Amino acid sequence: MERVVVVGASLAGQRAAHSLRGGGFDGEIVVLGDELHPPYTRPPLSKEILVGSQLVSDCALPLRDLEVDWRLGKRAGGLDRATKAILLDDGDAVGYDRLIAATGVRARPWPGPGGELRGVHTLRTLDDAAALAAELSPGRHLVIVGAGFIGCEVAASARKLGVEVTMLAADPHPLLPLGEMIGGWAEAMHRGQGVDVRCDCAVVALRGNEGAVTEVELGDGSSIPADAVLVAIGAVPNSEWLADSGLALDPGLICDETMTAAGDADVLVAGDLASFPHPHRPGSHRRIEHWTVAAELGALAGRNALLEAGERVPYAGLPYVWSDQYESKIQSIGSPGEADRFEVLESTADRGRFVVLGLLGERPVAVIAVNAAKRLNWYRRNFSQLDDRETIGRLLAAEDSVLGPPTEVMA
Amino acid sequence: MKVHVDMNLCQSHGECVVVAPDVFELGDDDVLRWKEDVPEDRRAEMEAAVDACPMMAIRLED
Repeated sequence: MERVVVVGASLAGQRAAHSLRGGGFDGEIVVLGDELHPPYTRPPLSKEILVGSQLVSDCALPLRDLEVDWRLGKRAGGLDRATKAILLDDGDAVGYDRLIAATGVRARPWPGPGGELRGVHTLRTLDDAAALAAELSPGRHLVIVGAGFIGCEVAASARKLGVEVTMLAADPHPLLPLGEMIGGWAEAMHRGQGVDVRCDCAVVALRGNEGAVTEVELGDGSSIPADAVLVAIGAVPNSEWLADSGLALDPGLICDETMTAAGDADVLVAGDLASFPHPHRPGSHRRIEHWTVAAELGALAGRNALLEAGERVPYAGLPYVWSDQYESKIQSIGSPGEADRFEVLESTADRGRFVVLGLLGERPVAVIAVNAAKRLNWYRRNFSQLDDRETIGRLLAAEDSVLGPPTEVMA
Repeated sequence: MKVHVDMNLCQSHGECVVVAPDVFELGDDDVLRWKEDVPEDRRAEMEAAVDACPMMAIRLED
């Protein structure tokens, strides 16, 4: 094997390249990236970059001196597996012996009328963050369509900057996958910070005047005035370049637990693009758009690309995700979106810090901590032992750093 | 080797604690504490901690 090509130069691609070299590969490593920026980390884009507490240069991912051929501004347009070549949009082709697909996702664009208006933004890239930051002056009115992690984090950043914010949730509460308890807590927090949060809200259209957005039209016929709009309604995989490759797409790239694409041992996948076997639902696949998972999958794909199919190592990570909003930190492990109920496990008396368990039937599937990093870390290290509610109770009884007995988190 | 953590960047994710709980720990106040001097034979493990940090706050010095 002489050349491994990584398509995608964000976190998963960077980790794949490091892991290939770290695993002893002495051949050629080529990384193709469609952006011109050197690889960067994205979490600060909704927070520190918007409020100005970090610079763009602070987001650069370390590129160690590993003799990796970074080719930036190169977009993959197709894959010819018969000749083992990646076809670039500029007409060039790059041959590979093994390929790691890490083209990630892009922000889901506004599907209704008005998406082309000036002042309508999505947030995924450094350029997106710079454009959004330029809108956030005190007293202006930002309407955020969507109340997931990105919507909530931008709401918090915008409030810090003195921007008037309306956040429109399509669901009964923000942060849908974290359940009603955390969602209700987050809603109250945002309201307390002056955000006009509207739930169960259908957005019909973005309306404008002379090409610039001026209002957001809702399903009930009312309109909300807007100087700028952030559309934060999720992400779609960048898999179009694989459409004619014969590989199975859903639309993520379907792979096994070793990140090997179904049907081609010379193609591996990492990061948000990877649609890998679901741990709780045999036969089904899922994508996870978390920083830590992208880093882990990138490193794993790099390591596995050096092995033959039968020797490859399966993903065994515990998905971790966090969100910082105002002065609060939300951290989650496991699969909260799978839980059918949540209960408080421990809490401080003032309810400022607490831990919530997500259960699917009787089975613990997630732990979510609010302002309780040390406690979350404890659950993380003990997660494999959390067999049921009774076992957790026993473990907590023997643990001396528990925050306190569970109290209702909603004030 | 010396382990440095930029506490202006650290946000107490605890990724480093998962990698090396005897070097890094979170206090009851959720603030990170760590051992600054780590034997050279644990370099690969410390590099894993550097990589695991989402805030890129950890730095190693010879």
